Amino acid sequence: MKMPTPDASVLARRAEIVNALRAIVPGEGVIVERDEMRVYETDALTAYRQLPMVVVLPTTTEQVSQVLKYCNELGIKVVPRGAGTSLSGGALPLADGIILGLGKFNKILDIDYANRTVTAQPGVTNLGITTAVAHEGFYYAPDPSSQIACTIGGNIAENSGGVHCLKYGLTTNNVLGIEMVLMNGDIVRLGGKHLDAEGYDLLGIMTGSEGLLGVVTEVTVRILRKPETLRAVLIGFPSSETGGNCVAAIIAAGIIPGGMEMMDKPAIHAAEEFVHAGYPLDVEALLIVELDGPEAEVNHLIGEVEKIARDCGAVSVRVSESEDERMVFWAGRKAAFPAVGRISPDYLCMDGTIPRKQLPLVLNRMTEMSEKHGLRVANVFHAGDGNLHPLILYDANKPGELQAAEDFGADILKLCVEVGGVLTGEHGVGVEKRDLMTHQFTEIDLNQQQRLKCAFDPEGLLNPGKVFPQLHRCAELGRMHIHRGQIPFPDLPRF
Amino acid sequence: MKTHLKPTDADQALEAVRWAISEETPLELVGNGSKRALGRPFQATHTLDLSGLTGVTLYEPEELVLSARAGTPLAELEALLAENRQQFAFEPTDFGPLLGGEAGRQTIGGVVSCNLAGPRRVKAGAVRDHFLGCQAVSGRGEAFKAGGRVVKNVTGYDLPKLVAGAYGTLTVLTEVTLKVLPAPEVTRTVLVRGLDDTDAIRVMALALQSPYEVAGAAHVPASLAGGLGVEELGTGGSDAAATAIRLEGFGRSIEYRAGKLRDLLGGFGTVDFLDREPSLAFWAALRDVKPFVAQPERLVWRLSVPPADGARVVADIKRRLPGSDAYFDWGGGLIWLAVDPGAEAAGQHAVRGAVGLGGGSGGGHATLIRAPDTVRASSDVFHPQPAPLAALSARVKETLDPKRIFNPGRMYAGV
Ligand SMILES: Cc1cc2nc3c(=O)[nH]c(=O)nc-3n(C[C@H](O)[C@H](O)[C@H](O)COP(=O)(O)OP(=O)(O)OC[C@H]3O[C@@H](n4cnc5c(N)ncnc54)[C@H](O)[C@@H]3O)c2cc1C
Ligand SMILES: Cc1cc2nc3c(=O)[nH]c(=O)nc-3n(C[C@H](O)[C@H](O)[C@H](O)COP(=O)(O)OP(=O)(O)OC[C@H]3O[C@@H](n4cnc5c(N)ncnc54)[C@H](O)[C@@H]3O)c2cc1C
Repeated sequence: MKMPTPDASVLARRAEIVNALRAIVPGEGVIVERDEMRVYETDALTAYRQLPMVVVLPTTTEQVSQVLKYCNELGIKVVPRGAGTSLSGGALPLADGIILGLGKFNKILDIDYANRTVTAQPGVTNLGITTAVAHEGFYYAPDPSSQIACTIGGNIAENSGGVHCLKYGLTTNNVLGIEMVLMNGDIVRLGGKHLDAEGYDLLGIMTGSEGLLGVVTEVTVRILRKPETLRAVLIGFPSSETGGNCVAAIIAAGIIPGGMEMMDKPAIHAAEEFVHAGYPLDVEALLIVELDGPEAEVNHLIGEVEKIARDCGAVSVRVSESEDERMVFWAGRKAAFPAVGRISPDYLCMDGTIPRKQLPLVLNRMTEMSEKHGLRVANVFHAGDGNLHPLILYDANKPGELQAAEDFGADILKLCVEVGGVLTGEHGVGVEKRDLMTHQFTEIDLNQQQRLKCAFDPEGLLNPGKVFPQLHRCAELGRMHIHRGQIPFPDLPRF
Repeated sequence: MKTHLKPTDADQALEAVRWAISEETPLELVGNGSKRALGRPFQATHTLDLSGLTGVTLYEPEELVLSARAGTPLAELEALLAENRQQFAFEPTDFGPLLGGEAGRQTIGGVVSCNLAGPRRVKAGAVRDHFLGCQAVSGRGEAFKAGGRVVKNVTGYDLPKLVAGAYGTLTVLTEVTLKVLPAPEVTRTVLVRGLDDTDAIRVMALALQSPYEVAGAAHVPASLAGGLGVEELGTGGSDAAATAIRLEGFGRSIEYRAGKLRDLLGGFGTVDFLDREPSLAFWAALRDVKPFVAQPERLVWRLSVPPADGARVVADIKRRLPGSDAYFDWGGGLIWLAVDPGAEAAGQHAVRGAVGLGGGSGGGHATLIRAPDTVRASSDVFHPQPAPLAALSARVKETLDPKRIFNPGRMYAGV
């Protein structure tokens, strides 16, 4: 993975930079020892590692502002970091850059039931928000599987999602306001406790911007009342086609489940061996459909889903009759990643979205690719919104297997784009999918996105080397190539 | 000479923009005329009329997605969706009559560009939450695409969000892709009668905090309830104030939820129900600001505030601007306010003072929706922004429209 060339003049001034940072963030907030910096050398995409130049752990927005202003003036690169659970290498350090860790921003600032909001510092975990309001019967809807560890700031940067996304949306649909610091040190507030802050929707742009535009220092999210009832149906299918058709039929019936997750045969077997959830082993695809809401509605819809499943040719249908049983249905799905980890020394978790109806085609093509690359693949996916997570199994100790796995992964993501989908549905581009961006976007599309970065960070110092395959200077992106019109468009109707 | 350019496809739109750039002459982007009187008045020698870009390019009901060229009339798309028992869940407002025009004229490009969502906002989100992708022409004379056609997409910056609500000041949209959702089988409204603003806000908060999936919470005081034109609400009297909680979904579920809400809210006043037809009429009238349509001389403001602040904000404004009238949507978070024409600078100091500029994580804003050109030219139509945010917004405009060709000054001077 090619990263921006380290700036020798910056590295040469390390001692001076450390002193300046210590003046801004006193005490133990600046880490310089190699051993102590080790914990920061990678995120959850552990294939890539790099020690940063320095790690800074500020505790106030004012400190963040001063650090960024200082770095901006001296041309020092900055990589923000939450919990480091990114699966796309978004928080991977740069040799000549600082890691700006937000871990000490870990307080909940305000819980407001009347307005149904929670305001928190960015280092609070996703689950921490739900925990803070659970005793009053509320929760925060987006629930990435990493929710115990990942931070709400990281969620904003990655626009994270989870099982609930189909019905309740991603982070972007649940965040109302942020405070952020720009690379020049400006502190800007976007949104608040009200809806739809007027003006350009910079909050929308910040969400999912992967730490390239600004550093989030405060977050206001909306919270929801917990549904009265939750029930799940476990449905086995003889083929992925029948499973896919059933997903479409449920939606066509006007039902939007709280969650709709599918696993293929290898994933079912791995999960069953691991947690003994009682999954059927003779099916090709297993669908979990969860309905949540008022009791009367859930009971009614469960019956509808059961009927639809049988009409679609399901070979087994089980409805949860108790909360314990519902949890057991989910146990296998939730443990699918570690379960697959048990049957293979290593695996690569991919993340692409496709139009749902392309599912059978994509699964068939994946089987062909599996033969071509000589590697197995297991599939779990958010079936309701077409977000796939193929797990490519490999052994890093066997020469060439990591490369084969990466090639296989790239082929899968290109296929997602080819059938009308996108390279990433929730894990972000980071360094992992950076060089594939040209498969989804033209140079013009990409330049337009990079220009947007120029509005926030003209020197390109915030998290460079991520998301975009080519680094451009803002001045170069600013040029326009317009020829003087001769006779303007004779074909165009005008009056 | 003032030219009216009406491209019929995306290539022609691109050509028109390139010509305007080479001439360094601004364009007024227009859809179908419904919201032209919204925003700051500005000078544009030429009009780029996008109503010729019509037609649905993709509709897959079972995928919950629809793409259409930007000039396609919303009404046409809503009819198509209705055939499949689907809808745009953000419930687009229709400002045609409010702004002195006809109803039902708006284009989908205009709807997206203004990001004005209706009562279902509290449950289903705004237009921007359903806007998945677009084809567009930038003010650099380049055609580009952004976003995609799938619901879950985090590939690169979410440019569609930026375009939604930009009032045509950043790009020309040529094609848009939106998420659609099933239309509810049944709609019913629970009404609590006779509450004052403060109690109404409490009732709405209780309903929105309940697990009964409220799809609209509004309060119309007695003075404005008659203006909605819904017979079942009656015409006057102190009991005429209506606090309305909307329920949507499957029949059996509605019965159950309506019963639960009656139990929950019964202590506050008499509880009535509106069945399907009056219910649809009520929420449509509320959405399209009907109480103020028949009072064309009054200035109309739209405020977005933290819902629990709603009653306080309105009381504050009424104290400073006696004679003004207001009703609430979004559980108190959206305030529709009518001000008498005499008020100095449209009453903006009173209105914006009440909203409270820059108050920590609370926030809020007020937009002048209807006022004569002269008033809109001399007041801040959109809420003034703190300096760092204004500077950032101006830099964002620069990236998409550096020559300020598109609707220059419609939102903010210089932008
Ligand atoms: C086991 C596992 C399961 C996962 N499941 C899901 C899932 O279901 N859905 C999903 O969407 N993701 C999932 N993820 C990915 C990951 O957890 C999310 O992307 C998460 O939001 C990252 O949060 P973080 O705090 O760990 O951020 P980090 O990894 O620290 O950083 C991620 C990115 O955000 C930036 N960043 C972090 N904090 C800030 C800030 N305050 N301001 C600006 N930029 C910032 C960083 O620069 C980096 O680019 C999973 C990860 C793991 C390891
Ligand atoms: C010859 C002619 C003369 C007219 N004269 C008048 C007149 O004197 N007075 C009058 O009130 N009306 C007049 N109209 C109607 C009016 O000019 C336009 O139809 C109207 O301005 C469009 O309204 P709108 O943009 O608010 O519509 P909407 O479709 O509701 O658009 C709202 C907003 O979205 C933007 N927008 C719309 N489509 C796009 C898009 N595809 N891409 C980016 N942004 C977009 C607009 O710029 C605007 O900011 C005239 C129309 C014609 C054809």
